[in-house]
Amino acid sequence: MALTRADVEKVALLARLRLTEAELETMTDQLSQIVGYVDLLGEVDTADVEPMAHAVEVTNVFAADVVEPSLTREAALANAPRHNGRGYLVPAVLGE
Amino acid sequence: MSIVDRSATELRKLLATGELTSIELTRACLERIERHDATIGAFLRVDAARALDQAAAIDRRRQAGEPLGPLAGLPVAVKDVLCDRDTITSCASRMLAEFRSPYDSTVVGKLKQADAVLIGRTNMDEFAMGGSTENSAFQPTRNPWDPTRTPGGSSGGSAAAVAARMAPLAIGTDTGGSIRQPAGLCGIVGMKPTYGRVSRFGLVAFASSLDQVGPFATTTEDAALLLEAISGHDPRDSTSINQPTPRYTESINKPLAGLKLGVVPEHFGAGLDPEVASSVRAAIEVYKSLGAEVKEVPLPHGKYGVAAYYVIAPSEASSNLARYDGVHFGFRADQSAALAELAAERQELIAAGKTAAADNVDAPLVRMYRSTREAGFGAEVKRRIMLGAYALSAGYYDAYYLKALKVRRLIRRDFDEAFQQVDLIVGPVTAGPAFKLGEMVDDPLAMYLVDLYTVSANLAGIPALSLPCGVTKAGLPIGLQLQAPPLAEERLLRGARMYEAATDWHTQRPSLGGAR
Repeated sequence: MALTRADVEKVALLARLRLTEAELETMTDQLSQIVGYVDLLGEVDTADVEPMAHAVEVTNVFAADVVEPSLTREAALANAPRHNGRGYLVPAVLGE
Repeated sequence: MSIVDRSATELRKLLATGELTSIELTRACLERIERHDATIGAFLRVDAARALDQAAAIDRRRQAGEPLGPLAGLPVAVKDVLCDRDTITSCASRMLAEFRSPYDSTVVGKLKQADAVLIGRTNMDEFAMGGSTENSAFQPTRNPWDPTRTPGGSSGGSAAAVAARMAPLAIGTDTGGSIRQPAGLCGIVGMKPTYGRVSRFGLVAFASSLDQVGPFATTTEDAALLLEAISGHDPRDSTSINQPTPRYTESINKPLAGLKLGVVPEHFGAGLDPEVASSVRAAIEVYKSLGAEVKEVPLPHGKYGVAAYYVIAPSEASSNLARYDGVHFGFRADQSAALAELAAERQELIAAGKTAAADNVDAPLVRMYRSTREAGFGAEVKRRIMLGAYALSAGYYDAYYLKALKVRRLIRRDFDEAFQQVDLIVGPVTAGPAFKLGEMVDDPLAMYLVDLYTVSANLAGIPALSLPCGVTKAGLPIGLQLQAPPLAEERLLRGARMYEAATDWHTQRPSLGGAR
């Protein structure tokens, strides 16, 4: 199935990406080509087939409810692009 | 024979008897890197001082008669996707160029416990997405057999490092063939274990239901040695399998009696390079001469593997990579520039009377995310995030994602049925030998189809291995793929070793321009 430019723009917003005009054009072509190939799946009869989300279908793996040592605040903030020593800093969300 | 030409198993014996020290071995590897890596580009970072410190400490402990781990004193190169405490783990992405992990991945922790020398971090396709290592944000890696060609990917740096004898062992990851394909293209052994055999804790996630860590080596014995050291249940990875790790190194030299080998007719269809086809057929003859019974087994859904994979893997990737938002760690685009641009866009729309559009521009936080991801990710990563976000978006989820998961089960069933009849499946690992750098960068779909023979093992979760089985007339290595049922790594390694013991392809090595 061919994707339109509008589809690609919408997905770029959902994916929190920005594309230049040129990228938008190539991406529309390339994604259409890839999705066109993937449409091959349509010819497989999958009636009554359970989806397989994982190679090892283990369920209910629980950890003991015990407090264990974890990262210090300093270590957790060490890689942040902006922080004030207590928390992460982001652009104002609720306006100035 | 130079020391770097010896297998890890041989080196281990020399170290144990004191004929060789880890310092000498580590120096020899560092010299090799120094001499050849400017051309090959296998490593993103080499910390010679740290490696020599580790080697010296192990030599001291050995002198003092202390007990040592199974990899004691052996240099191991690690793909730059597994966290190593307090050092950079970049995933070959601008997004993580400065990221220093606050903890060790389980695999790196096990390597340290095994007393390995961590010699350096290898190049890869950004976030392990690609099949040529050309998607690295930092450098291409060249194939040691022919520097105009790719080493394969995404673990191309690890494969090239071992093929060029810069390290006897290396760690890679395989989501759709990223260990086996570069091993094949570089003429070495590479193995993807059963999903869950090796912990993924501290492995930067690409597609969580497919990613698996595994070894690169020049021989199957060495692959067994490294696999044994990194395997095992890990409570910190809830998908890790709670089964004891067999002693692969103890059983590997026992041939499999009454081996039944499956050959998949579909693997020899159009598109398979004739030289690869004849090498693989010759390998099957070798197995017959060793007493193996060869049987045709169909994998009727194999041809849908690439299509299912390129829905499932990008879907998981789009979700996993949502964490790169420029807030908690990693790169953030210049915030004031991004916000100034946003304000200007808004003003322009208002001036043009388009007030509705002006109200619809990104919120500042959203713009920060988008600018960060625009500048931080390369083209292939963006393509896969987009593909995944599309496949998961409202209206397409059933048609693409859910459909692919159902086809995935059919692929697994094919294998389950085949393994009722045969012990191992043998075939090609790639359709052709190493391709030229740049040959496919503008054709993503062609690049995806390179994964034809490898993706099914990831979708099914089964173990698979690539080992050398020939060299083309042009002097490029050819790989043989063996696949086994879940948790049958021991059988897989023993079967591979049978072929290796009967042939000498694994002793062939690149000349690296004649300079040795």
